[in-house]
Amino acid sequence: MSVLVFAESSEGKFKKTALEVTSYGKKVAEQMGTNLVVLTINSSDASILYNYGAEKVLTIANKALNPFNAKIVANIVKQAAEKESAQVVIIDSNANGLYFAPMVSANLNAGFASNVIALPSSTAPFTVKRKTFSNKAFNNTQILTDVKVIALAKNAYGLVENKVSGTTEEFSPVLVESNLVSTSIEQTSGKVTIADADIVVSGGRGLKGPENWGMIEELASVLGAATACSKPVSDLGWRPHGEHVGQTGKPVSSNLYIAIGISGAIQHLAGVNSSKVKVVINSDPEAPFFKAADYGIVGDAFEVVPKLIEKLKEFKANNA
Amino acid sequence: MKILVCISHVPDTTSKINFTDNDSKFDSNGVQFVINPYDEFALTRAMWFKEKQGATVTVATVGNATTEPTLRKALAIGADDAIRVNTEALDGFTVAKELAEVVKNGGYNLVLAGKESIDYNGGMVPAMLASLLDFNFVNACIGLEIEGDKATISREIDGGKEQLSSNLPLIIAGQKGLVEEKDLRIPNMRGIMMARQKPLTIVESSNGAATTAIVSFEKQAAKSACKLVDADNVGELINLLHNEAKVI
Repeated sequence: MSVLVFAESSEGKFKKTALEVTSYGKKVAEQMGTNLVVLTINSSDASILYNYGAEKVLTIANKALNPFNAKIVANIVKQAAEKESAQVVIIDSNANGLYFAPMVSANLNAGFASNVIALPSSTAPFTVKRKTFSNKAFNNTQILTDVKVIALAKNAYGLVENKVSGTTEEFSPVLVESNLVSTSIEQTSGKVTIADADIVVSGGRGLKGPENWGMIEELASVLGAATACSKPVSDLGWRPHGEHVGQTGKPVSSNLYIAIGISGAIQHLAGVNSSKVKVVINSDPEAPFFKAADYGIVGDAFEVVPKLIEKLKEFKANNA
Repeated sequence: MKILVCISHVPDTTSKINFTDNDSKFDSNGVQFVINPYDEFALTRAMWFKEKQGATVTVATVGNATTEPTLRKALAIGADDAIRVNTEALDGFTVAKELAEVVKNGGYNLVLAGKESIDYNGGMVPAMLASLLDFNFVNACIGLEIEGDKATISREIDGGKEQLSSNLPLIIAGQKGLVEEKDLRIPNMRGIMMARQKPLTIVESSNGAATTAIVSFEKQAAKSACKLVDADNVGELINLLHNEAKVI
C-alpha cells in the first residue's frame, strides 16, 4: 500500500507544484496510515523531495522521455502505481498534469477528481473538496473506486517542509509506443508565466489601448509578477490570448492579483477568485470588482499606477 | 473525414449558481443552458472542416431529454446530425465510456471537444476517451490543421506552445485559439428551421457504474468588504499588502 505522487521537473529542476504535490501527498499518506512514494522523470537531484516527506523516490533517467508525451507518461505512472500498490495517485495541475492525469485514471480504471483544493475530509469513504462551476462554488466528491486519482489545484496547499530520511530507487518502466510527435516547442523565456506567478498584474479595457501597457509591464517587473488581461482586451487583439484570464481563459490562483481598469464581469471574477488577495484599481466606484476585491483604489489608472510603481520601488529598495 | 464533436450542456456563463435539496443538487430553476463555450470552439472548427474539406459533423451529448435544445442549437450552427446518449451524466469517466461506444459505432476519425466544461470543470472526458479508444490525444489545443490523414496541432504549454504532428484518428480538447471569438456563429433563422429536420438519434446507455459521487455543494463564503485606499495615498496600499495581507 502507498500513496504515489508524480513530481514534474523541467530541465532537471522540480517545478514548485512538484514540491506542493509532494507536501500534500505526505499528509494524505499519513491520513491513510501508509507511505509516500514519489515518481520523477529526468530530475537532476531527487533528494530535495526528502525535505517534503518523500519516503521513497522512484527515478527514471531516459532521454527518450523528453519532450513530454502524455500517453507514455500516463502509462509509466500506471506501472509505478501497480508496482507500489498505490491506493491514491496525486498529480499537479500544470499544463502537462492536466493533460495526462485523466489518462492515468482511465488506465487504472480509477475514479478521478480534479481541481482538488484541500486534504481529504475523510479517507473512507474517500472524500475531497473540489472547485466547481468555474470557481463560483465547491463540491465534496467521493471517489468510489479502490484506486483514486486526484489532481491538486495550484497553490491550494502550499509547500510544507517535512524532512524524512528517504531512499531512491531507479525505475525502468516499459515505454509504450506513440506516434504523436512533438515537432517544436516555443517558450517565452525570462518572463514569469501566469501559471507559476505568485503575483499577477492584469489590465482591462480601462487602459484604452495596447500602447498603454508599458506601465502594466513596469508594475509587473517591479513586483516580479506575470502580466495578464481581461477577455475584451484579448478579443480586441491588444494583448495575446495567452494572457487572457477568466472563465474561458486561464485560471489564476496567485497570492496577489492586481486588476487595473477591469470592471469585474462575473466571467472574469470566476477565473480569478481563487487568488488569495485581490486588489482593484478603477475609476468607477460602482465597478463590480470592488465587491470581489480585498483592497481597492477608486481613481484614474494613469495617475495611480505610476505613483504605485514609484512607491513600490522605494519599498523594494528599503526592504531589499 | 468523419468528425464527432462532444457537446456539454451547461448553465450560461452569467448564471447565478444555487443549490437545492440540502445543497446536494444544482438548482437549474430559471437557469439558461448553452453549449459549453469550450465545446463551441471545437464545433466552430468542425464547421470549417465541413465547409472547406467536406467533413461530416456529428454532435453528441450524454444526458436526458432536457439537453436536446442544446443539441438543436449545434445543428442550427451547422452540424449534420446529433446523438444523445439517454442517461444522466454521472461523472466524467462514465461519460467518456458512453462516448467511446458512440465513437466506435460511428467510425469517427476526428473527435473534437472542449478542454473542460464550465460547470463541473473536470477536464477529463476527452483524455479518458482517448485512453479508452487508444487514439492520439492533444489537450489545450490552440490550433489544428488536417491534410489527408495527417494532423498538425498546437497546444498551449506553461509559458509557451508546442507543435505536434499525428495521424488520424485523433482526439482534440480545444480552447480559445482553436478558433477566435469572432469566428463563433450565431444560428440564423434558416439554420434554426433546418435544424428541426436534421436527425437527432437517441441511443441507450451502456449503464456504466459511477466512479465518483458528489455528496454536497458549497458556495463561496461571503467576502468581507473591500478596504478602500485613497488614490493620493498609494503608500498605504503597499503598507496593507506588506503588513496586513503579507503578500509582498
